[in-house]
Amino acid sequence: MMLNVELEQRLGNFDLNIAFSSTQPVTALFGRSGSGKTSIINAIAGINRPSRGRIELNGEVLFDSALRIDVPIEHRRVGYVFQEGRLFPHLTVRQNLLYGYGKADVGPRLAEPATVTALLGLEHLMDRRPAALSGGEKQRVAIGRALLANPRLLLMDEPLASLDGHRKTEILDYIELMRDSIDLPIIYVSHAVDEVVRLADQVVIISEGRVAAAGSVAEVMGRPELRHLAGSFEGGTVIEGRVLEQNLDDDISVIGFDGGRLLVPDVEALVGETVRMRVRARDVSLALMPPSGVSILNVLPGIIESIEAPRAGAVDVVLKVGATELRSRITRRSVSQLQLLPGMNIYAMVKGVSLDRR
Amino acid sequence: MNFLTPQEWDVLGLSLRVAFWSVLISLPPAVAVAMLLARGRFPGKTLFDAFVHLPLVLPPVVVGFLLLLLFGRQGPLGALLDDWFGLVIAFKWTGAALAAAIMGFPLMVRAIRLSLESIDLKLEAAARTLGADAMRVFLTVTLPLALPGILTGMLLSFARSLGEFGATITFVSNIPGETQTLPLAIYGYTQTPGGDAQALRLSLIAVLLSLAALFISELLVRRATRRIMGHDAER
Repeated sequence: MMLNVELEQRLGNFDLNIAFSSTQPVTALFGRSGSGKTSIINAIAGINRPSRGRIELNGEVLFDSALRIDVPIEHRRVGYVFQEGRLFPHLTVRQNLLYGYGKADVGPRLAEPATVTALLGLEHLMDRRPAALSGGEKQRVAIGRALLANPRLLLMDEPLASLDGHRKTEILDYIELMRDSIDLPIIYVSHAVDEVVRLADQVVIISEGRVAAAGSVAEVMGRPELRHLAGSFEGGTVIEGRVLEQNLDDDISVIGFDGGRLLVPDVEALVGETVRMRVRARDVSLALMPPSGVSILNVLPGIIESIEAPRAGAVDVVLKVGATELRSRITRRSVSQLQLLPGMNIYAMVKGVSLDRR
Repeated sequence: MNFLTPQEWDVLGLSLRVAFWSVLISLPPAVAVAMLLARGRFPGKTLFDAFVHLPLVLPPVVVGFLLLLLFGRQGPLGALLDDWFGLVIAFKWTGAALAAAIMGFPLMVRAIRLSLESIDLKLEAAARTLGADAMRVFLTVTLPLALPGILTGMLLSFARSLGEFGATITFVSNIPGETQTLPLAIYGYTQTPGGDAQALRLSLIAVLLSLAALFISELLVRRATRRIMGHDAER
């Protein structure tokens, strides 16, 4: 997939001025609410018209202000899962799902109705109307409906935003399942770090109508200077690794990554599977000597790369553990007591690792 | 079924026929005009809106007189219809239907417009992302969601037709068996010495007819609303 977006649009009290490309299967547009994310995907879908710009999907121009090209929404073959579902209230689940199915004109089908209903667990809901569905069920129907219209690209606008915590996890599982079983590139709009880290390959951070950063998830999500843009985002690093061993007797998995091994409890993955882990900066403490007699399982040797001060009192020490970057948030006092300097050898003690399955 | 005399059956049948056709011919233009007023943005919209509402505020006699000028045999439109289709509507029941349609038109437009305005435009955008063109969106999303308003509009126009008097009597006169609808017949009896009993009988029929129309439409609107807001499909 190749999506090129370049657009300018006046939005309320600021200007949207964006350029990015997406080549990865799942690209997240990440940023605070009101930063312009939804306007961007609305422009990709054709729902709003930028005042200037160009949008190109797999070499086909969908919009070009200079060439006066503006492909109508219904001919773009860009699926859209809206924040509020937007199911047709007068149609049953089955009729909603099949609304765009007959119209799918070109190319092989992404998925058949039976596959989609099974994938999203909708079999028992088929004769219901949207008013009789829970929030999570509505979102599943909305995803299925978009898939069956045979799109080339799927836009998802904070599909979990209107759901409570438990339902969020449930839908996230379904979205993950869909991502892994259907060959369809996704642009995923969100302001939640855990969703982005779990689902996306590539991130574009949007702030006040501008691209603040773009790159792979592991690259972008740990940068502290972007923390304020993300709102709820907490500094840390994202590490990708592979499950090397599963110890069933004490439920500890050994995960190898570029720089060493991590022992992580309760990993629901098979040996050989790739997992994505998040290590928060405040869960990493530092020692000058290899510590002994501590409960912490993961002690990794590394080299201090830089020392940053994201806010008064606290300091982020950036380490290289092999090829992998790790962050440790410690106090200013600790830095002076240990006399930490860039280039020093150091031991990082990792207290907690949260896991996002890939 | 001998509650009614053959002549009363005639009056009742004619009234229903006139009302039925007046609703039918005004429905498509009413939906179009309602759509234009609810969604359209064009210069002179306020003026157009006022023009559509004119029959509501004009004395019905004026509407009837204008129709007579336009559609009378010598009128510009009446002459055209006669030349092209051999169709004469002045002093015919079809003319009564036209008069009733025009008098009920603003009521129908208002009801349909209100329900169109309450439709979430985002649903229409969603339909288009699923590949539906503007026509399909209109037929499969807009119209079904506007159905309660359309039914209400049809009832209002139907009831208005049953009660139409001034424009009808001016345009098509009071011809028994051709243009003499219920109100005209009642009026006729009140003008005849000793006709009060007959006028009362016809008035009772009018009351029953109106109640029945209200009841049926309420039922339909409720069903349509339930379908939209509704829960499970009936199996």
